[in-house]
Amino acid sequence: MKNHFELFGLTPAFALEIESLERSYREIQSQIHPDRYAQAGDAERRASMQWTTRVNQAYRTLKSPVQRARYLLEMNGVDVEFETNTQMPTDFLIKQLELREALDAAKQPEALDRLQAEVRAQKALLEQGIARLVDAQKDYAAAAGEVRKLMFLDKLDAEIDLAYEEAH
Amino acid sequence: MALLQIAEPGLSTAPHERRLAVGIDLGTTNSLIATVRSGAAAVLPDARGRPLLPSIVRYLADGRVEVGYAAEARQSEDPKNTIVSAKRYMGRALKDVAHAEHAPYDFVDAPGMLQIRTVAGVKSPVEVSAEILKVLHARAEASLGDKLADAVITVPAYFDDAQRQATKDAGRLAGLNVLRLLNEPTAAAIAYGLDNAAEGTYAVYDLGGGTFDISILKLSKGVFEVVATSGDSALGGDDFDHRVFCWVAEEAKLAPLCAGDMRLLLVKSREAKESLTTHSEARITAKLSTGEFVDLVLDSETFCRITHHLVQKTLAPMRKALRDAQLGVDDVKGVVMVGGSTRMPQIQHAVGEFFRRDPLNNLDPDKVVALGAAMQADVLAGNKPAGEDWLLLDVIPLSLGIETMGGLAEKIIPRNSTIPVARAQEFTTFKDGQTGMSFHVVQGERELVSDCRSLARFELKGIPPMAAGAGRVRVMFQVDADGLLSVAAEERTTNAQASVTVKPSYGLGDTDIERMLRDSFEHAKDDMHARARHEARVDAQRLLEAVRTALNADGALLSAAEREEIERQAAALAAVAGSNEHRAIRQASEALNRATEEFAGRRMDAGVRRALAGRKIASLDL
Repeated sequence: MKNHFELFGLTPAFALEIESLERSYREIQSQIHPDRYAQAGDAERRASMQWTTRVNQAYRTLKSPVQRARYLLEMNGVDVEFETNTQMPTDFLIKQLELREALDAAKQPEALDRLQAEVRAQKALLEQGIARLVDAQKDYAAAAGEVRKLMFLDKLDAEIDLAYEEAH
Repeated sequence: MALLQIAEPGLSTAPHERRLAVGIDLGTTNSLIATVRSGAAAVLPDARGRPLLPSIVRYLADGRVEVGYAAEARQSEDPKNTIVSAKRYMGRALKDVAHAEHAPYDFVDAPGMLQIRTVAGVKSPVEVSAEILKVLHARAEASLGDKLADAVITVPAYFDDAQRQATKDAGRLAGLNVLRLLNEPTAAAIAYGLDNAAEGTYAVYDLGGGTFDISILKLSKGVFEVVATSGDSALGGDDFDHRVFCWVAEEAKLAPLCAGDMRLLLVKSREAKESLTTHSEARITAKLSTGEFVDLVLDSETFCRITHHLVQKTLAPMRKALRDAQLGVDDVKGVVMVGGSTRMPQIQHAVGEFFRRDPLNNLDPDKVVALGAAMQADVLAGNKPAGEDWLLLDVIPLSLGIETMGGLAEKIIPRNSTIPVARAQEFTTFKDGQTGMSFHVVQGERELVSDCRSLARFELKGIPPMAAGAGRVRVMFQVDADGLLSVAAEERTTNAQASVTVKPSYGLGDTDIERMLRDSFEHAKDDMHARARHEARVDAQRLLEAVRTALNADGALLSAAEREEIERQAAALAAVAGSNEHRAIRQASEALNRATEEFAGRRMDAGVRRALAGRKIASLDL
């Protein structure tokens, strides 16, 4: 079974040209999507659904920085241990507490805008670091710690999204 | 003959026969049917040239059924037996329906989906919808002069699994081969995008008679990719009518009304609403059965005020869809307006203000969904040559999950996942010697199960007794290209001794559908068996043609022995395909399907390789 990168004809790496992934995804879907087999027999329709499902899952995994990093580390035998490993550097945790307090205090969409922009800027920085650790230094154990931080920020980002719904 | 062409490799494919395929917009207020003829999509009108069919069904005591304008004309006279807006009840229990007390029907609260008691017996919303579809089906066969093969039926993008399944069941009940359930805003995007050669990110704002959808799509080089969708499957023009009705009742100080008067005033309210699209005021006059007269003038300012909160209700889903797509209003190149309710000036104004640009109204908001559905039906029927077709990537509108301890919903497939999609989750036993595990499948975004839509409950039995935590059960969710869910569970530690697969059915099982089919044939004096034979023959021909096409395209992927086996099974099917033995036809079809399973997998693999090879060549060109 091919891995997600091979499926799209890509070299496994964290740094990824999203446009190239998107193009491959679309080319593949136009060959195997169930809409191409609407008139086919059961066997082909089933195969088309299974393959498309798999391609969709691989695409979703590679498109998301967190999931892509997690997948790459797993390929290299490193578990990110997000659920079990709660050890985080103190300065990172303090920063997180501040951000969460800011989220609790933010009642206006404008305040949420500012907060979300800050969280996304931090995510971008972490992603650059992960690219260095994974692709250049192949230091997967160190990368795992950075991926855990990224997952933290992803959760916060999602909570900001939820807060918008209450702000309006 | 298919047999000869399969048996002789290298013979070129026969010219493709155009298949009749239609797109159907099964609307809350009106329904339409359209098809592609000589390259252009067109709505098929009735014998009197009217394109719309009011989605109204009247049941008569003698068993006759009136559909459309005839039923519409009698609605205030016979409100209990004249069902309007049945779409609002699809896949819904009585407690899910807002303003049920204002509807003049005799509801029967059945598990899964409510039913309505009429003079002709208890009817499910699926049966009511099927009556509408049957009329459209007959209209298409009359105007196209041939048996109809396939149909695409549209559904609101925000419809949940229960509502989608009910729609598909209605299609089946109306004798249609439902090629695909297509989301309404996506259908509109196809019609709009192809018409305008549009590229970039577009929003589709679709406010119909009873449902509201907002979809954000990326259009690029023959690909329509839905990036996010949101909405409210119980918000539409009906609610604006209802607001006007309440205003009338209050202004005229009316005592509680009988069903007929209520229906009459709702019709008058709707007429006033429509009139206010082009006029600054509308007069509402009615003579009630009590002898009372209603004579009021509604001006557009008052109308805007009493419906303001309804307009505001569409803004939250718009913000949510944009956030889910991680886009801002400035990223959206255009907003396509769909659905008759978008004719209301306050809607145009609110949407224009939100997106800071004038909405696009260049396609008829009543017809655009049916036209897009017809175009997609044409592609699915295989009528478009490769290169002229397009690819549609749609998403699931609401998260799917499972109930965990404490009544919480654990999401397994998040909303806006591209379909088809599958996800698995493992659960462990929590008691020593536990031999069963029950599951509750839910759909929705809320944390509490009680705030989500319950889709199915099932139990996995026969788990061998083990210590707590040692038994592992894997639950697999699969959503197909119609957005329909099936769930499978299997015990993992003991080589799948226990497994179960469920398809949520919402009160309508296969046996119910069969019974309804039988009932409907008794009236039509048709023959169930004739239909089963016909369907088996059509399916067999389709399968033979598909296998022939596959062998011609990718025969090289098979060894001589493998090819021989497929051809042997194809010949066996071809030998019985024309007979009246529908069981023999089904058996031979299944055998051929089994024989081609491995081949089908290899063809997908080859498709992926072809796609990547094409990419490499393309990148060399750059």
